[in-house]
Amino acid sequence: MMSKIVRTQANFLYPFILIFGFYIVAHGHLTPGGGFQGGAVIATGIALVIVAYGYDRVKSWIKKSTLTATESIGLLCFILTAFIGLSTSFFYNFLANSGLLFGDKVSYGANPGYLNTAGTLPIMNLAVGVEVLGGLGVILMYMLSYGKEVSK
Amino acid sequence: MSVWDFIITNAPALAIAVPLLGAFLTPLIYRAGRKTALIWVLSVLGFTEFLALLLVYLVNTYGIQVYVFGGNPSTLAIPPDSGGIPIRIIFTVDGMSAFTALISSTIGLVAGIYSVASEKGRGAQDKFFALLLLLVVGMMGMALTGDLFNFFVFLEINSLSAAALVSYRIHGGKAVEAAFKYAVVSSIGALMILFAIAILYGEYDALNMAMIAERMYQTGFSAMDMIAMALIVVTLAMKCGAVPMHYWVPDGYGEAPGEISAMIMVASQASLYGLFRMCFTVFGLSANTHSLGWFLIILGLLSMFIGVTMAFLQHDIKRLMAYHSVSQTGYMLLGVGVGLATLGTSAFNQYGLFAMEGGIFHILNNMLYKGLLFLTAGAIIYRVGTSDLNKMGGLAHTMKFTAIFYLIGALAIAGIPPFNGFVSKLMIYESVYQLNPFLAVVAAIVSMLTLASFLKVFHSAFMGPKLYNVKEVPKSMLIAMGILSFFIVLFGIFPNIAMTYLVAPAAHALADPVGYITRVLGGGA
Repeated sequence: MMSKIVRTQANFLYPFILIFGFYIVAHGHLTPGGGFQGGAVIATGIALVIVAYGYDRVKSWIKKSTLTATESIGLLCFILTAFIGLSTSFFYNFLANSGLLFGDKVSYGANPGYLNTAGTLPIMNLAVGVEVLGGLGVILMYMLSYGKEVSK
Repeated sequence: MSVWDFIITNAPALAIAVPLLGAFLTPLIYRAGRKTALIWVLSVLGFTEFLALLLVYLVNTYGIQVYVFGGNPSTLAIPPDSGGIPIRIIFTVDGMSAFTALISSTIGLVAGIYSVASEKGRGAQDKFFALLLLLVVGMMGMALTGDLFNFFVFLEINSLSAAALVSYRIHGGKAVEAAFKYAVVSSIGALMILFAIAILYGEYDALNMAMIAERMYQTGFSAMDMIAMALIVVTLAMKCGAVPMHYWVPDGYGEAPGEISAMIMVASQASLYGLFRMCFTVFGLSANTHSLGWFLIILGLLSMFIGVTMAFLQHDIKRLMAYHSVSQTGYMLLGVGVGLATLGTSAFNQYGLFAMEGGIFHILNNMLYKGLLFLTAGAIIYRVGTSDLNKMGGLAHTMKFTAIFYLIGALAIAGIPPFNGFVSKLMIYESVYQLNPFLAVVAAIVSMLTLASFLKVFHSAFMGPKLYNVKEVPKSMLIAMGILSFFIVLFGIFPNIAMTYLVAPAAHALADPVGYITRVLGGGA
């Protein structure tokens, strides 16, 4: 466990890291970044908490089994979205230009970027984001579990 | 649209989608218990096998199958607003792809059945089975895809899941070291392939294999193409374990569990498929296939000879078999290399095509008997607990079925009739002799050395006084070995079954790059 200053900073930064990570995930079809990058940013939030509070405390807050389940659920969302398109072809973008969720049409030419477009792509970005946050989270938990507390 | 029509239309996509879904669901289903998860994994593998058989049937009946991911309809290779470029990821399934997909899914199914008993009681099995399914996905994807970048992605899936599986039995860190070596070597190789793909993409604005081949043919073979070809060919030769890039093979095969050794062996055959696909379809029209073919022949000769002589020095049963895999890969490179060296000349129809058929038949046979031998080695290690040949002996007293299965595999790999190895080796001898008699002489000598080496193993592991009081291995392992033995005998006595439905279509598909290209670029329908 680090000093009170570090812990307060971590408490303060943690929600912002999460928001920034999900921002990258949600805007994956418009801006640089996407599911993987956003998920990695979210996982750095987990790393920050472990560094600030020490592995032994964090392991009761964030369970490895929850993270692996998150990983599986992200992967499943991805592949199931691809499967739903199977009535036309595998990975068919059935939501694009449909007027439903993420289904707005984009007119030709430059535009500032509309979030409610691109059909299944944002859904797949979200699925990848969830998968990566679970997967990288587990990797970080395992790697940082070897860290030892240094008594002062 | 009935379910049957639906499966037929989407068969190429389902062949990777089903094991992928299976892999992602396995960790969740495993929470409900091992038995449920095993039923799930085996039914997924069984359905994948069915899909691979269906692909073979479809290709043999209707010709090359084209499947466009996200396309509307799924056969529309070149959308009207794409400017004449196949922009989507396309799966192109011809005879050779279907053949490789079939052997990949078969070894996956056999390994799945085998690991029901062989991995019982070990930890992290949800991950083991998920990775096993992912390895099947990697092999199937490499075989079916018609897109270069997609090929790279499946190569990575293949390498990473195989590396993780090699380290499954930690074995005091030895298996982890082998897996690390394998992962580093394959990652560097994959980067080389990515670099080559970038060169080709920069030059031809396309990632589709057919499109690249077509544009390369129109603009001529440039120096950049030569660099890309060298990177791709050398990397894939490394991945399939050809000498002098075979250093990862003995560690990787030797430290993995028995069924995983068999699967990685077939995974390296998928890289061999990639090598042949690049040489024939992508570069075949433009490059100098004569020298490229001789390059493969020389790699093949080196692999055959060095593989078998290195195997003599081993006293670890798995490492010994791993060196024999290197040697057997040499036969395939030799057979198909002779086909490539004679491509486009009159010699091709005289003996080149026959040599290719021999080489491709050898891939199938090698999957069967080498898989069987790895499984018997796994069975011995499962009961005796050591892989050191000097510590074994007298196992035939109690492990009768394993001994019989081992003998079938050993005689088949040595090319003794009536087992399948005899047929493909005879085809290779007869045809490569006409290009250069020296090739056939080396192949025959290597075959004799193989027999000697495997008889030595049989003698030291199974014969002699009873040293261990062990029981026969569990039923699921015997069933897995029995399936492979059955096909070894079947294809040994009736080679025409495999020749007509699997090998000949594969060889003809490889030899006809123009047909492949026109099928993709000619509208798809």
